Amino acid sequence: METPENILARLQAAFPSAKIELLPNGCPSQPPSLLLDPAFACEIATFLKNDAALRLDHATNVTGVDWPKEGYIEAVYHLFSMEKKHGPLIIRLRTANRDTAVVLPSLTPVWRSADLQEREIFDLFGIKFEGHPDLRRILMWDGFKDHPMRKDYVAPDDFEYEPTAHDDVLERAQQHFSKNA
Amino acid sequence: MLGTGIIRGLVVTARNFLGSFYDRRRFVTVFYPEQKVEMPERFRSFPFLVYDGEDAVRGLRCVACKICEKNCPPQCIYIVQQRDEKGKPLKHPAVFDLDISVCMSCGICVEVCPFDSIKMDKVFEVAESARFEKLLFGKAALSKSNAYYRSVSPADAGETDARLEEEKKAAAAKAQAAAQKKSAAQAQEPQ
Amino acid sequence: MDTSFSSQKEIDARERGGLGTERLEVAFGPHHPSTHGVFRMDVVLEGEKIVSLKPVFGYLHRNHEKIGESVSYLGIIPYTDRLDYLCSPTSNWGFVLACEKLAGLEAPERAQYIRVILAELTRLVNHTCLAGFLAQDLGAMGTPLMYAFRERENILDLFESLTGARMMVNYFRFGGCRCDLPEGWLQGVSRVLDAYSKFLDEFEALLTGNEILLQRTQGVGVLKADLAINAGITGPCLRASGVNYDLRKVDAYGIYSRFPFRVPIGEHGDCFDRYMVRILEMRESIGILRQAVREIPAGPIMDAKAKTRSIRPKAGEVYGRIESPKGELGFYLIADGSPSPYRYRIRPPSFINLTVLEEMCLGLTVADAVAILGSIDIVLGEVDR
Repeated sequence: METPENILARLQAAFPSAKIELLPNGCPSQPPSLLLDPAFACEIATFLKNDAALRLDHATNVTGVDWPKEGYIEAVYHLFSMEKKHGPLIIRLRTANRDTAVVLPSLTPVWRSADLQEREIFDLFGIKFEGHPDLRRILMWDGFKDHPMRKDYVAPDDFEYEPTAHDDVLERAQQHFSKNA
Repeated sequence: MLGTGIIRGLVVTARNFLGSFYDRRRFVTVFYPEQKVEMPERFRSFPFLVYDGEDAVRGLRCVACKICEKNCPPQCIYIVQQRDEKGKPLKHPAVFDLDISVCMSCGICVEVCPFDSIKMDKVFEVAESARFEKLLFGKAALSKSNAYYRSVSPADAGETDARLEEEKKAAAAKAQAAAQKKSAAQAQEPQ
Repeated sequence: MDTSFSSQKEIDARERGGLGTERLEVAFGPHHPSTHGVFRMDVVLEGEKIVSLKPVFGYLHRNHEKIGESVSYLGIIPYTDRLDYLCSPTSNWGFVLACEKLAGLEAPERAQYIRVILAELTRLVNHTCLAGFLAQDLGAMGTPLMYAFRERENILDLFESLTGARMMVNYFRFGGCRCDLPEGWLQGVSRVLDAYSKFLDEFEALLTGNEILLQRTQGVGVLKADLAINAGITGPCLRASGVNYDLRKVDAYGIYSRFPFRVPIGEHGDCFDRYMVRILEMRESIGILRQAVREIPAGPIMDAKAKTRSIRPKAGEVYGRIESPKGELGFYLIADGSPSPYRYRIRPPSFINLTVLEEMCLGLTVADAVAILGSIDIVLGEVDR
């Protein structure tokens, strides 16, 4: 497959007004990833899927990553090609912040395989995907508040019984029940 | 012809049904609990603590280093180190609790233990009437002798014993060499 | 036929509350034996016909990925056993492969062979069970499933004598395997393989030509190749639709490039093809196993550089994937130099294979939906994580 640097150059030529960045990967054997401009994400995705040399038709792994220190949430897409049998190309999208502007364009219209996985990101990380056909909670129940995969998520403290008391689990459970008593 | 596939299938079932009367391969169940299947050497159920000799407290190999507690994936081990009157930590656990309702029998504690003090048992019939208290095993319930370990998994125990013996010998030889060196140095000093 | 009578009956029915063509919403599951665990489908029916089907997940959700962020790399391995609890060795391998890429380790020759043997035995276990479950879903109560389980036991006995556990093996380690093969284990594998080819012949005599199975599966739940690719369907479901994509060939991870095996491809993408592809895959697996048992060398089983307990990969990210019996099982890890991963993500094949469940079921009956779900092959431990 072409190197990500090559692809980046071609993307910049095709979408001159889009901001695309190459993010290095600390692991030397693994490829770097492309940070896309959310405004052009759908067009770029369609380009990557239909480009004759790339034909990235298989969006395998779609997931979110929470970066509280940096102040954004990422959606990461791993793209492979079933036709050309190559890959991966990693593309990322970033939200502007973690609470008010968490909207990203959905790539489900391009790759159906992102359907359930984007719902999962919405559920566990709280990114709202614009253009997703059916954006509901998927693993947690409908009335659930908060997003459990965020780093600052606070686990519930109403354990029934905790015999091997680790850390502050027992203490928190005791506090919980004494509060309610 | 329509139906031949079904008839062929029925022949297979008939062969299995009749075969189960005389063919061991087709009759595979045992009448538990009257009959029991023999467990393989490496079968593992729940962890226990090994002690050397007769005394379960003094012979306990565990030094309360808490490596197993830290590495236990479901966090089912809880250790408190023993301290003497002055508060100095001793190489012995005051509390060693293991909640087998949480334990998932993965054997990671055995793998990470540098003192060969925690090993996997082969007892799997541990059903209890109380869900929480009775499934929390304390230090006394967990301690089992090295002879017991040798009886449940002879190969592994033999290998461990041989290694410990080797280490002991090496340590003794090292101590002896150090002592000799020291005495030699002392002998040289007056000159 | 008296049409006026039937239309009169319909009018009567509508007056009584509209039994005629009223849509009926059925919550199918989560406690239904044919949903393979705690899976629910909200089905809207028009008569017997499915007009809408929404899968509902999460009944077995335990936020495995969050647990992984607080456990050491070594501690994650036993958790991966519990993802797809029918085939834990392949789940182990997927995770270990990703970590090895991250830490720059490589398993020695003997360990690679052991891995292939375990993974292919797992494939046998999974596909046999699937065929049994599918027959069970179609109404063959017990018999095929019990035969499948009887043979599966033999392989589980092998797992137990090697790893100490029948299902939760917790066996692969970064840079190798936990312990070496016990004495006589390979002979045991050969014995099981001999019995297995005979069993497959028997099993096929029981099922493959059976007219009931053919009628219930042929032409049911057709999945077209282009939709399958776009929806990220992988594994036998994808190959049944006629796409030649097997990661053992494409990525050739481990030492799979040394094994000359064929990849069975379906033509129609219906339930029967999905069943048949798996039966053929089992025969190929037996070939791989025979070769591996013949060629396995002596030697160490751990990479000399590997430290099991305190693996701390440098900051970076990795995506490792393998061909698990259910499809592409991927592990995406972001390391930050600490003893546990910053982000630990599983790409579960059986979860993503459910993406197009609705399309496959539309216009068919409830009984067909059961057959389709059975042929997709899901394990809820992996779907809900």
